[in-house]
This record gives sequence, C-alpha cells and structure tokens, in this order.
Amino acid sequence: MRIVFDRERCQGHGRCYALAPELFDADDEGYAVVLVSSDLDPEQVAQAQLAADNCPEYALTLED
Amino acid sequence: MTDLHETTRDWATTFDHTDEDYAQHAPEIWDDLRQRCPVAHGDAHGGVWFPSRHEDVSAIANDTERFTSEGVIVSIFKPENLAPMGYAPPITSDPPFHKDARRILLPAFSPKAVDKLEEATRASCRQLLDDLLADGATTADAAVQYTQHIPVRAIAHMLGVPPEDGDRFRVFIHRILEKPGTYNAHLAPEDTLVYYIQKALEDRRTRPPQDDLIGYLLSYRDDAGNPLPDEQIFGNIGLLIIAGIDTTWSAIGASLWHLAQHPEDRRRLVAEPEIMPFAVEELLRYYAPVTMARIAKEDMVIGDTEIKARDWVLLPFPAANRDPEAFEDADEFVIDRQRNRHLAFGLGIHRCAGSNLARMELRVALEEWLARIPEFELADPEGVRWATGQVRGPRELPVRILATNPPKEP
Repeated sequence: MRIVFDRERCQGHGRCYALAPELFDADDEGYAVVLVSSDLDPEQVAQAQLAADNCPEYALTLED
Repeated sequence: MTDLHETTRDWATTFDHTDEDYAQHAPEIWDDLRQRCPVAHGDAHGGVWFPSRHEDVSAIANDTERFTSEGVIVSIFKPENLAPMGYAPPITSDPPFHKDARRILLPAFSPKAVDKLEEATRASCRQLLDDLLADGATTADAAVQYTQHIPVRAIAHMLGVPPEDGDRFRVFIHRILEKPGTYNAHLAPEDTLVYYIQKALEDRRTRPPQDDLIGYLLSYRDDAGNPLPDEQIFGNIGLLIIAGIDTTWSAIGASLWHLAQHPEDRRRLVAEPEIMPFAVEELLRYYAPVTMARIAKEDMVIGDTEIKARDWVLLPFPAANRDPEAFEDADEFVIDRQRNRHLAFGLGIHRCAGSNLARMELRVALEEWLARIPEFELADPEGVRWATGQVRGPRELPVRILATNPPKEP
C-alpha cells in the first residue's frame, strides 16, 4: 500500500496531519507534506485511510 | 417542518437569509429546498440565488472562472470593478492576484503559529469561566458571557491591538454581517471599521515594529523589496476582524447549544477526551456557521436554473454539509464520525485561511467549558436567538448550570 498525494488539489485543510501525524506534516503555509508514503504497516494503512476519508478536496488516495 | 410553508413563506421563490424565520429554521428549509427546488431564489438584496445541494455548492466554490469573489457578503450594494483584489483580500480576491495575497497571510495561521496562541486562548477561557461562575451563579448566557469573547480576544492578540477594542469589533461585525446595507446612512465616520483600521495603522506607523500581524504586514517586502499596497494591508486587517470573530463565536455557541441538549454527547466527551478531534469536526459539519457568496461573471445554468451575469449566488456550506447525497446519515449527529469531508471552511482556493485557528479556539473553548461545567442544559430553549445573515450561530444562549468543578491548578 502506498499513499498518492495530489499536491495540486491540497488546499491546506489540515485534516490529514491532524488525524495521522505519523504520516503527514504541514509546511509553513499549512499545506500537507507526506512523511511516509510507501511500505506502510497495517496500522499506518488504517491511519492513511482515515486521513484520505476526511480530506475535503479528495487530494489523498491509497494504492496497492 | 410540515407547517413551514403555511407559517412563513415559500422559500423556493422568496428566499431571504436575513429573515428571522430563516435564522430559526434554516436546517428544515435546506432539507425542503434540496428535495423540491435545489436552487432557490429571492428578490431581497437585489436578487439572490441559493443552491442547497452539495454538488452545486462544491462546483461553484471551485469555479473561479465563472464566479468572482469581489462580493462575498450579499447586500443591496453590490461590489463592482473591485476584482482582482477586492475590499478584503484574499477572501475577496480572484486569481491570479489571489494566490500571492493568500500566501502572505498563510504562515500566520499555520499549525505551528496557531499552537503558540493556544495558551493565551486557554487562559482567556478560564478567566471567562471564573467570571461566569463567580458568586455561585446557576444560570448564565453562554453566548454573551463566554463564546462571543473568545475569538475577539484571540484576534486582538494576533493583530496586536488592545483587548478592549474587541467590544467595538462586535459592533462593526453586526452591522456588516447581520444587517448588511442597513446602517450606512446614519453612522458617524469615526464610528466605523474603516476609521478604526486607519487609526490603528497610523498609530503603528509612528512606532517601532512589533511582533504581531499588523507589524508583519507593515514590514512585509516582496522579492523586489516593495511593501504591500496600503489598500491590501487595510483589507487584510478588515478581513481578520470581519471573518475571524463571529464565525468562530457561532461555532462555539452552536456546539454548546448542542451539548446542552445532548447529555450523552457531553458525557462521552468528558469520559473519552480522545474523541474530541472527531467531535470538533462533526460539530463543524453539523453546525457550520458560514455561508459565503459569489457574483456570477456570465450567464449560465446551474442544475436547470438560469443565472444571469452579475447575479448574487450564496454558497451555503452549512446546507451542503447536511446533504444526504454527500454524507452518510447526514441528518444524524455522530460525535465520532470517521468519514467527514465537511465543507465548513469552504472548498478550493478560498478555503478559510483561519481554519487552524478556528479549530483550536473551538476545541479549547469546549475543553475548558466541560472541565468547569460538565453538566448544563438550556435554561430557556425559546430564548435562544440565532443570528440572521450569512453567519449562523446563537447570539443569546441562556443555560442552567447543573454541576461544576473547581478550577484546575495552573
């Protein structure tokens, strides 16, 4: 599983780094930065899914 | 709900968001419109369209080609030829100007910057609660004595103006947002927001730079070494005062209104503080305070409704947040909702720049309230007054205090 992040869609809502701080951080303007995008363990997959499910801009997806 | 049309009006054809009936019954009106007339219209304020479906709201929010943001508060005075900056950049700005105007402000509202404001916000909540509970009070107005003060103090602190100026901010905001276009004729010039900002800037320009947002804007230089235009600084400050206060105050107030009536939710928040982040988002979804507006730039069709160039179009994020097409069990409040792509802060390039600050204030205000007043209920359900206009929240919220805790040791 890996995280696909569409930087063009991200508007800095900040949901991902609030819900999954292990996987995402914020840049100085509040836009998302992906910290870990591949080789996710099951717990990280759950966290990534939660982040993706709460992104208002559909900027995050999970792929095999 | 069933009596809605008989008792008030046909909201599909005589829509008016500044009507008292709308303020009191908005969620039922949205549900009704979504089912039978997804894009409502009213002649008030020079004519306004009201799309109630998530799909349309989302499409308009993302359509900066066919809609301008030079007008975001519906009023009979329709801004014209103000784009691309508008009167309160960047919320009133259009691309491409918008991007840099927003980028200048964003660092001040980043998660790290907002973290630094949390302690002061918490201290001000505790002080307000101490005052509210003084002399063993058993009733209080949670809006008047608590929620309305929290964002005012946070914004005054951020801007670097005296905290007591906050009382004036509330007056400015009331005129602009709740009764747009009705006060302009009889105001003394020195009693206006424009005058207030001009004075604040004049004062600051004569003193050494300070480490606050006004100081930052005054000392900002672009890559070529140019300062920001005066009208941009002025507009930014106006925006923070107008957009950062009664919005958050409404969200906190609506959240307390909910918790006053749902003992199971407030008890769960006390027992399981780890669900607070989900609760904050669900409160924001369910009680989203802010409806934005746009002005159409050309003739177009939304759904099967024809809209003309220069028409006002409201962007009701609160209505979109209750659309069953977009949210599972949209009408149910689920305190730990796990999938919640709500639009309380808008969508697209105009996503609320202060969303991190608003969330922090909402969370801290609820944490501190529940720590001191874990049990409370509405003292007078009929006495709750919801604001009219584009920012929805209780302006009067009488509660009965059922149980209190002593203040925590600092």
